[in-house]
Amino acid sequence: MGKIKDTGLIQDELLIFEQGGKGRKGFSLPRWDVEEVVINNLIPAHLLRKELEGFPQLSEIDVVRHFTRLSHWNYGVDSGLYPLGSCTMKYNPKVNEEIARMSGFSNIHPYTPEELSQGILKLMYDLQSFLAEITGMDDVTLQPAAGAHGELTGLMMVKACLLARGERRKKILVPDTAHGTNCSTSTVASYQMVEIKSNEKGMISPEKVAEWMDEEVAAVMVTNPNTLGLFEEYLGKIAGIVHRKGGFVYCDGANLNALMGMVKLGDLGVDVVHINLHKTFSTPHGGGGPGAGPVAIKKELAPFLPIPVIEKYGEIYRFNDHRPHSIGKMKAFYGNFGVLIKAYAYILSMGAEGLKRVSEMAVLNANYLMKKLKDYYYLPYDRPSMHECVFTDRFQEKNHVSTLDIAKRLIDYGFHPPTIYFPLVVKGALMIEPTETESKESIDRFIETMIEIAKEAEENPDLLRQAPQKVKVRRLDEVLAARKPKLRWTKEKKT
Amino acid sequence: MQDFIRYIPHTEEDVQKMLEAIGLKRVEDLFQVIPKEYRFSKPLNLPEPLSEPDLIHHLQGLQVPMMNSFLGAGAYYHFIPAVVSNLISRSEFYTAYTPYQPEISQGTLQAIFEYQTLMCQLTGMEVSNASLYDGASSLAEAVLMAHRMTRRKKVLLSQALHPEYRRVIQTYIDPDQQEIVLIPYQKGEGRTDEKVLFDLLKEDVSAVVIQSPNFFGVIEDLRPIGEKVHDFGGLMIVGFSEAVAYGILQPPGMMGVDIVAGEGQSLGIPMSYGGPYLGIFTTQERFVRNMPGRLVGETVDLEGRTGFVLTLATREQHIRRERATSNICTNEGLCALMATVFLSCLGKEGLRELAMMNLSKAEYAKKVASQIHGCKLNFTAPTFNEFVLQIEREPEEVLEKLRKEKILGGFPLAKFYPELRRHLLVTVTEMNRKEEIDRWAEALEKALKS
Repeated sequence: MGKIKDTGLIQDELLIFEQGGKGRKGFSLPRWDVEEVVINNLIPAHLLRKELEGFPQLSEIDVVRHFTRLSHWNYGVDSGLYPLGSCTMKYNPKVNEEIARMSGFSNIHPYTPEELSQGILKLMYDLQSFLAEITGMDDVTLQPAAGAHGELTGLMMVKACLLARGERRKKILVPDTAHGTNCSTSTVASYQMVEIKSNEKGMISPEKVAEWMDEEVAAVMVTNPNTLGLFEEYLGKIAGIVHRKGGFVYCDGANLNALMGMVKLGDLGVDVVHINLHKTFSTPHGGGGPGAGPVAIKKELAPFLPIPVIEKYGEIYRFNDHRPHSIGKMKAFYGNFGVLIKAYAYILSMGAEGLKRVSEMAVLNANYLMKKLKDYYYLPYDRPSMHECVFTDRFQEKNHVSTLDIAKRLIDYGFHPPTIYFPLVVKGALMIEPTETESKESIDRFIETMIEIAKEAEENPDLLRQAPQKVKVRRLDEVLAARKPKLRWTKEKKT
Repeated sequence: MQDFIRYIPHTEEDVQKMLEAIGLKRVEDLFQVIPKEYRFSKPLNLPEPLSEPDLIHHLQGLQVPMMNSFLGAGAYYHFIPAVVSNLISRSEFYTAYTPYQPEISQGTLQAIFEYQTLMCQLTGMEVSNASLYDGASSLAEAVLMAHRMTRRKKVLLSQALHPEYRRVIQTYIDPDQQEIVLIPYQKGEGRTDEKVLFDLLKEDVSAVVIQSPNFFGVIEDLRPIGEKVHDFGGLMIVGFSEAVAYGILQPPGMMGVDIVAGEGQSLGIPMSYGGPYLGIFTTQERFVRNMPGRLVGETVDLEGRTGFVLTLATREQHIRRERATSNICTNEGLCALMATVFLSCLGKEGLRELAMMNLSKAEYAKKVASQIHGCKLNFTAPTFNEFVLQIEREPEEVLEKLRKEKILGGFPLAKFYPELRRHLLVTVTEMNRKEEIDRWAEALEKALKS
């Protein structure tokens, strides 16, 4: 037992390993209707374990109280505005959760014969065509489990396609505004990453690309809208330059939420794009996944899609494994189906008009917020933005207040902070993405709070530097955590 | 008004006011930055939007019928206590992002810390990451890690490793840098053939990958293999697809294993037609800085209170960019939470009992099946909850007959092993009641006779 403390509703809670008592459990087995085997007659003793050392022993209510208390220390989209730039923390419709849990989906084995699983195959097939339509591409794989997994899938397809042409290219061009995953994915796919500088308008210029583009370059990876929230105006032109040298245009579709029904990436010359269903298509982030990162491609890359692909013969859907040029498999089975189903339900709920409205309102919210805050926070790229905008702490610096302090102070006001210190090209970045599901009142309240914090930075900067105060724990010692990593509970801890 | 407005709160008045504040007249003015020639002016070709009741109706119609199932082979039908779904449905968990702001993510962070601890205990290892995508990609990451650490060319994979996992590893590695060599299984026992393995083990081997229980359900003897691998300076990697087995089996960590990477779906995660699942990844402390994926560590706050943070992030893509140990960002956080709640409910005794019941039921099924004429057990080594049956007729025909009786009778191994043309992989868990097993055996007998 821990010490008694007056923590109010933010209750203290020990680790599960420090609670409970010998012999407790919160689980019951089905009735024993076969004889229990004598294990030593079946399996040699040296292959058997003696006990599950350290494992918890809790009754059901212990477990329920424990995780309920833990949940109280978290902040989710359902708690309030979650303006984490580039992450598209929009509302996650509840009905989609219920649908994904329907027994005829959640309890279906992946090796169920195709003749029985037609409903599921149809769902996946249709979702592929919806995503192809939205992005303006020819074909889609649903297999990747997350955005970065989609990036790897995409680059592997590019590589396979080039190899089939007899070309071994070595480099990938990545702008300095890119997500970290673009860089690490290039490496995992055995490419050398070459960073290209964005211009004074925060964009990649055709001239810069032309300067670097040669027969060694397999692809250019762009994000559109980019991580500054700006539409890459010259993407069409850039695609022309890249294609003329035989390369591919990869688009990181993390920010697709700004574009639906307004512009199709395929029309801009994009050859491959991954789509984060856990962003644009409203599947929840789950505290760090599971997500889904389908990849949409142009025809030329189709032979290289991961296996199996879903094909339709008349009214029958089938998996096809016999694809000699395929890159192979990115994960066991076919993709995060439980996530795909929620995206499918979302697209069906919204329709064409609804998705367009999503992008319109996402962009409206971001521009409104930008306009209202730009007198209080420095806006390094003062241009019409798309779904997000990036400020910095430049106005607050003189009071020795940093982006981190502003972010932490927001917590005291009951908001989740924006993405901070990203993109790297902006010093002290505060990247705000309100999403379309926030109402005007909600955005106004956030604006008001940000203005108040700007004032506090002038008048009482310590309030920011000491923030957050109204939380379970205050700022944590990350240096200590990294210097002396304690990554699991062990028994010694008790003594 | 269209039904989709239920998810978008803006009224026309709000829109007008906001546009005015920005200094624009119409919503489309917001998109002037997109060059005109690229603007898409037609409506997208998508189905008409559905209301919530119509959506439910539509999806109900797509559901797949459930049958009395003896399918496993990497995805298992286990009982999931109501507590799991109930607790992970708390929106504070499932609508949160990756815990970048520790002060308001202590719930997620403590739960991951507990998950990491449970995974270390289950596998007998010293460190666990916060999860990877699934068992297959987790093993692929393990192979990449071994290559980073040893810079050696060859990786030896057991042929009794899940064929889909092998395929994923093959996709992940760069054929210019690494080569896969398959180690056959012994035709009699169903274990990885040690003799062939030991012959192939040289100083050029970065890692050996063995699954236990293997794809045929057979329990492997890991220690002698691990010792030999270490003699040659390689890494011993162990995979698994049925985590429940470790309720009774000696954990790999106690048998000289360097990396354990496997599938956690069995631990409270529904089958959901193949995903999302849970990539478990554990290793020894001395390898932690080479490890892929996120890690949560314990620390203190300004006032000395215990708290948790994401740590050792200098291995990761958002800090290290092109020099990261992996490109993984989003992982399977909520599935890790499911496993944590599930194991908290089962606890020390529960997981052991569950494993015992799986073993006992599978043994019962083995017994009844081996009495059927035209049907025999194919391998002799001990198994957990899966086993291979050799039957005297074409598996597809037999399985189809069973399907007519609403039974999914097993997995035809010919899909992955041409030499096992008339073989079924049969899986029995606590969810298969005795009378269902009997019915399966009867149907099988009938199908083999006719």
